[in-house]
Amino acid sequence: MNKLSLPGLLLLVIKRDLLLAMRRRADVLTTLVFFVMVVSLFPLGIGPEQEILRKIAPGVVWVAALLASMLSLGRMFSADYLDGTLEQMLLVPQSLSMLVLGKIAAHWMLSGLPLVLIAPALGLQFDMSAQALWVLIAALLLGTPVLSMIGAIGAALTLGLRGGGVLVSLLVLPLCIPVLIFGAGAVEAVSSGMSVISHLSLLGAILMLSLVFTPWVTAQALRISME
Amino acid sequence: MAINWFKYSAPSTFYGLAGRLVPWFAWPAALLFCIGLYVGFFVAPSDVVQGEAYRIIFIHVPASILSMFIYLIMAGYAALGLIFNTRLSAMMATALAPTGALFALISLWTGALWGKPMWGAWWVWDARLTSELILLFLYLGFIALQASIDDPRRADRAGALLAIVGSVNVPIIYFSVKWWNTLHQGSTIKFTGTSMHIAMQQAMFTMLLACWLYVIAVSLVRVRSIILERERNNQWVTELAEVKR
Repeated sequence: MNKLSLPGLLLLVIKRDLLLAMRRRADVLTTLVFFVMVVSLFPLGIGPEQEILRKIAPGVVWVAALLASMLSLGRMFSADYLDGTLEQMLLVPQSLSMLVLGKIAAHWMLSGLPLVLIAPALGLQFDMSAQALWVLIAALLLGTPVLSMIGAIGAALTLGLRGGGVLVSLLVLPLCIPVLIFGAGAVEAVSSGMSVISHLSLLGAILMLSLVFTPWVTAQALRISME
Repeated sequence: MAINWFKYSAPSTFYGLAGRLVPWFAWPAALLFCIGLYVGFFVAPSDVVQGEAYRIIFIHVPASILSMFIYLIMAGYAALGLIFNTRLSAMMATALAPTGALFALISLWTGALWGKPMWGAWWVWDARLTSELILLFLYLGFIALQASIDDPRRADRAGALLAIVGSVNVPIIYFSVKWWNTLHQGSTIKFTGTSMHIAMQQAMFTMLLACWLYVIAVSLVRVRSIILERERNNQWVTELAEVKR
């Protein structure tokens, strides 16, 4: 059996997961529709005053993104777990961390990236300025991968448990709060005329740290859940 | 004489030891609580700025310190259990979690009671308050995860991993008042000396020590129940006097 190179393995896993998702497009769309719906509920609940809406927009978009990514976490490993693929993945003589990173990347492309792309349109509903929209996109681009990565740990730990969906939110949401604070803070900073560099740098730092540690931790969690 | 350091890492021997140790921690804890509260309420002078309301510090500060310490100790035990595969360490981590959650809750609650007269609000979204709240959520997540896994071995190991990941938060709470200049005051007690009145200081340290002893006593009692529950099918449990009865 030929051993794949690490980037080769990464690409293979991403391609496989994307292909599987393309065969069942409804799942991806459901998350996106959920995100749009949650964000659209806020103006209805709070009232149509532009001043207030502009102020709460970054927080609303971030919280909705957080909830939407929670919603899709259950799918990250469960299908593979149920049909036995995951067991085979643990047995292959390849780096499990890299394999997990591939799955995380695919998950982000399917749940995080669509949110980033549609967020500006939602921002317009909230009367955000063009500058704020750019910052929102940048912050979401840095932050949503972290949500997928931290979420992967929770998804791996709760694999196959009853009530796993609620439990995973309970585990993952507290760990995601820093991302939420700095992500929403960046947009607020630009709206009030301050520099966004510090917020975006911190988000970038969190992204780098998670990139190093979370695939490995998730791999360990999978081993614990599967033994 | 060679001492077998690992003798008490077996649940069967630790069960007896823990039972003998509990009174040695529980009674001093009760005594120190009484002394600490007496000194705190009747001996310590009232504060120049905060009047009498500051006295909640004697509960608030020990509870906050311990909520963080217990998390670190819990994560430490969890790591030990994960690395050396010792069952007792994982049981200790499980036993510490409810007490830690309790102290985090007390810390938030007394903080709110203190915040109302001082800051004029029950709650402010200050860095330290927020991160203490996250700590409470982390405790609850740990407890919920362990409660929903039926297989004890998997519950121990999954909880351990979560505890270790969550311990990132503890330094953030501790340094939050330094990193972000927010409403919550910095710590008054430093290693280089303190600006506190001596009686206040004594009351606080007495209360801190009392809480420490209470934590040890309570977690020992709880770990004993966990041992009994997990080992109920072993012979040594059925031979215990309290089980036979």
